[in-house]
Amino acid sequence: MPSEAKAAENFIEKPKTLAELRAEIAAGTTKAADLAAGYYDRIAQVNPRLNVYLSLTKERALAQAERVDALAAKGDPLPALAGIPVGIKDVLVMRGAPATAGSKILEGYRPPYDATAVEKLEAAGAVLLGKLNCDEFAMGSSTENSAYGPVRNPVDTERVPGGSSGGSAAAVAANLAVATLGSDTGGSIRQPASFCGVVGVLPTYGRVSRYGLIAFASSLDRVGPFAANVRDAATLLGVIAGHDPKDATSSAAPVEDYAAESDTPVEGLRIGVPDEYFGEGLDAEVRAAIESGIAALEAAGCVVKRVSLPHTRYAVPVYYLIATAEASANLARFDGVRYGYRSPASENLSAMYRHSRDEGFGAEVKRRILLGTYALSAGYYDAYYLKAQQVRRLLAEEYLRAFADVDAIVTPTSPMPAFKLGEKTGDPLAMYLADIYTVTASLAGICGVTVPCGTTKAGLPVGMQVLAAHLNEGTAFRVARAVETAQI
Amino acid sequence: MTAKVTVEDVERVAELAHLELAPEETPHMLHDLNAILDNVAELNELDTAGVAPLAQVSELWNTAGAGGLRADVPKASLDRATVLAQAPETDQVFFKVPKVIER
Repeated sequence: MPSEAKAAENFIEKPKTLAELRAEIAAGTTKAADLAAGYYDRIAQVNPRLNVYLSLTKERALAQAERVDALAAKGDPLPALAGIPVGIKDVLVMRGAPATAGSKILEGYRPPYDATAVEKLEAAGAVLLGKLNCDEFAMGSSTENSAYGPVRNPVDTERVPGGSSGGSAAAVAANLAVATLGSDTGGSIRQPASFCGVVGVLPTYGRVSRYGLIAFASSLDRVGPFAANVRDAATLLGVIAGHDPKDATSSAAPVEDYAAESDTPVEGLRIGVPDEYFGEGLDAEVRAAIESGIAALEAAGCVVKRVSLPHTRYAVPVYYLIATAEASANLARFDGVRYGYRSPASENLSAMYRHSRDEGFGAEVKRRILLGTYALSAGYYDAYYLKAQQVRRLLAEEYLRAFADVDAIVTPTSPMPAFKLGEKTGDPLAMYLADIYTVTASLAGICGVTVPCGTTKAGLPVGMQVLAAHLNEGTAFRVARAVETAQI
Repeated sequence: MTAKVTVEDVERVAELAHLELAPEETPHMLHDLNAILDNVAELNELDTAGVAPLAQVSELWNTAGAGGLRADVPKASLDRATVLAQAPETDQVFFKVPKVIER
């Protein structure tokens, strides 16, 4: 009916759990190949409305599914993610598949190698379905900055899914994958998880290798999973975490059994609630939902304590100075010489660089390159970049002190639920300020999990951010699991 | 630190970053940079004398820490043909670019 063509649609569908799917695949009642084919059918139906997948890797997925089915037929033990359909944010490379990072400048690029996280997923039996839409070079909070069109929120297609990993969050919410990978530099996993009502994980800086992640801001970038429930997200993290000789920033700390940790009751855990995250600008319905979540943790036996993180209000400026400075350096490599887009008919090398970058990059990427270059330029370096790094230390130390008194800190993930497409695109600063609750953990390098924590009256999901100290993912999963169990 | 960015600043920074802004883009960028830098000016409220800049968070925690550098052992890398296949223009040995110096 034409009159309904513009009405908001809802594509929410919950995937089966890893445990259910593994049992079916091991028993042979579900074939991994049929499962993958079923996901491709649903993608063919739903993707035109949501624009979640940018490209599909069917051949590779079906070959992997057949390997899993052969293992299952022989009765061999199956790896952790045997036959599980997983989607990959298009900032992580897969050999031979398009890798756009949501940008025109990488059009046509087919990387000749796999990201370590991709390799690890596949080694654990995952069936990789395709590449997921995102803001260009992961720069954005709504996935409206993708050169390939915005992603729509499966809860309400008139709204954004959050960003920059909007495709990764929406894919899980709409059951276009059982789980996905995203990347988080200032909130790009946690905020879309919150907007789409799924679980998103920010691992500790260095916990997951970034080899094969197209770099945005190297002192902040992390790779992490999305899933429909906390336990599955914990399982995924266990698969992709660990030291990688190809990433010098990756941690050699042993990888815990996060899924088992997530099963551990929370009784006796000390939960910090920072005053600064509940002030002006917080949507009343989001506040009420998070307060219900905190009450549920208290009911589960947690000790809730107020904590103070007074430097929080400086986090957005610090983040945008550091992230853009690093981005301006990282994005210098896109020059039309070795891969990707080259502007035709440039008279000399310098013009070729400028035209390729001007035509290849979108407005937000240019804005951030300009800001970062300005902050690093002669005469401004001390006032902007160095100052930001000093305040970054104050912010990080403030968290370290807080974690001496509490095991986890809980906050809203975003000050508001999913907003409408186009609502903030005209005002970059307003878009940046909405990252207020997520950028602090990015700057401090600590870990966190966003877990669904109720909805607004209009049915929009609210996410609680559970933060824990460095390499303390297990605690964050336990707390998130308790919130999930309480069904706020 | 509350310096107002001028059109000339935007053009200079664009040149440093090898970006060529279309004439209609410059005023938008000027407006946005000034708005963002006004917000950033809040950092001036903080006295950071004697605070060491933090470039890498891994130094903050002393668990197993970063894995460190791998041994410097030569090994095969991607072959030339695979890499050059991705380039806009090559002569099968080198990347080709337009003229570097005008005569």
